[in-house]
Amino acid sequence: MSAVASSVPSLLPGGANSKRLERRLTRHIKERVIESVLFLAALVSVLTTVGIMYVLIKESVVFFQHVSIVDFLTDTQWTPLFDDAHFGIMVLLSGTLTSSLVALAIAIPLGTIIAIYLSEFAPFVVREVAKPFLELLGGIPTIVYGYFALLFVSPILQTLIPGLPGFSLLAAGIVMGIMIIPYVSSIAEDAMRAVPMHLREGSYAMGATRFQTAIKVVVPAAFSGIASAYILGISRAVGETMILAVAAGMQPNLTFNPLEPAATITAYIVQVALGDLPHGSIGYQTIFAAGLTLMLLTLVFNILGHMLRKKFREAY
Amino acid sequence: MAYAQTIEQIRERIAEHKRWDLVFAIVGVLSLIIGVLTFVALFLNMALEGVPRLSLDFFSNFPSRRPGQAGILSAWVGSMLVMLVTAVVAVPLGVGAGIYLEEYAPKNIVTDIIEINITNLAGVPSIVYGLLALGLFVYQFGFGQSILSAGLTLALLILPVVIVATRESIRSIPIGIREGAYALGATKWQVSKDHIIPYSMAGILTGVIIGMSRAIGETAPIITIGALTFIAFLPPAPFSAEPPYVSFEWLTSPFTVMPIQMFNWTSRPEAAFQVNAAAAGFVLVLMTLAMNGLAIYIRYRLRKNLKW
Repeated sequence: MSAVASSVPSLLPGGANSKRLERRLTRHIKERVIESVLFLAALVSVLTTVGIMYVLIKESVVFFQHVSIVDFLTDTQWTPLFDDAHFGIMVLLSGTLTSSLVALAIAIPLGTIIAIYLSEFAPFVVREVAKPFLELLGGIPTIVYGYFALLFVSPILQTLIPGLPGFSLLAAGIVMGIMIIPYVSSIAEDAMRAVPMHLREGSYAMGATRFQTAIKVVVPAAFSGIASAYILGISRAVGETMILAVAAGMQPNLTFNPLEPAATITAYIVQVALGDLPHGSIGYQTIFAAGLTLMLLTLVFNILGHMLRKKFREAY
Repeated sequence: MAYAQTIEQIRERIAEHKRWDLVFAIVGVLSLIIGVLTFVALFLNMALEGVPRLSLDFFSNFPSRRPGQAGILSAWVGSMLVMLVTAVVAVPLGVGAGIYLEEYAPKNIVTDIIEINITNLAGVPSIVYGLLALGLFVYQFGFGQSILSAGLTLALLILPVVIVATRESIRSIPIGIREGAYALGATKWQVSKDHIIPYSMAGILTGVIIGMSRAIGETAPIITIGALTFIAFLPPAPFSAEPPYVSFEWLTSPFTVMPIQMFNWTSRPEAAFQVNAAAAGFVLVLMTLAMNGLAIYIRYRLRKNLKW
């Protein structure tokens, strides 16, 4: 660039012509500078990913020099801060998976039904009111949901299920499920609304009812989009933190029973961060190993989702 | 499958299928009502528990060991300052990235990588951003457990939201506008600055507000970087009467934010602190609702007024 800048004016010495050229040149340079700056802004997102992987892997490598991967995956106890330290991630993973299953058992059916209803059945007014309302529901801070799960839902569940402890995966999972509904329903609905009208009209012309059209034509046609909605819901459930930290208790507990309290991967990270762990200690590194596990878990679901989308993609 | 023989049988079959329509419509409405009822229960629960606790003192007191005197002064000041950093970082970066991807980016592998990356980042759990910040901002860059670290973390977290909103808004501008400007000799940046940004402003604003409303409620990443839960002082004021008038000392100050204050009170066993948590939660919910409501309103106005 600078070579051009110095050589061009010398080719055309003096006069208005060179001034114009110079102006065009500075303009050109300015354009290129702006483009580079904008490119750097776009690059920040890539740097974020690189940064995440760098930090997680760097600390995890140190962690796995102390703890063998076999122990990490097979040990049935998680007591990293005790003298008799055990690092069995399965314990935290069981809490994460159980609470996610409870949440998804609520969010996926309800989210799908709401999406089908809003896209295929609801009158215009209902849709216009319901959609922003659902958005508001999705915008409430998760700590508020945590409070709600612990001090409202949990006592109600305790009267329904005698013997349920104050902290349980069930209460946290249910509230988490309701929190995820808007994410699932809005993406699934967008996918269904993108199905071309003539497919529905063809179905109606053959005498199908609304319900038949929705289930047999619209849903299969939109399935790749609906699958993305489910995958997003799963990622949300697996990565949700505050509801579980508040309402599911923080004791590590190898269980798949939603009626028990248990710590999840995310709740463990919060618990450690709340304490005062020195930088570089083994306890400090465990949260990065736990974070890496969480990242890999969401990555697996995302790849699965990508494959699902590819398999069911419909071209119109 | 047996075929219906007589008219009566056919009519009955039609009626049966129509009944399913009705059943599903009812199930759909019921599902929606579950969502609405949850929202109402949550809101009323917070309001009934928390509103009696709300007073001027609650906003102007520091947290305290005595629940009756505890307030959210350091929490809301902290939230505001963190949000300020977040906005200052996320808005230019997000809008810049959005403009680059829509107006400048060539179709090549680098652009593809950036786009896939943004999609994936939107699905990364927020606590992972906290770990990134802990490893990178707090220790590697030495920013410490400060307002700066928290603001940067939340900025990265909401960046995908801002970028996606910017891109969608830009994409809805007809190509004719750009061509008209280029035909008059405008450069790419002139087109972007004088046409693309102003016309997509409302959409960008919606995205920014939604992103900020998400950031203000985020708890997990800020706890992860090690924000304290008990702060009984305010960060140094950004402005002063004597020269140099403006100080950036507050950026490196320890802090707490609203959701962390609420978390702290929620996890205490004493009921009196949980009342405080309800009050703080009510304020927090009102703030996010107001921001989301504003975003929905802007979008609604936009859709009504804008006809290309």
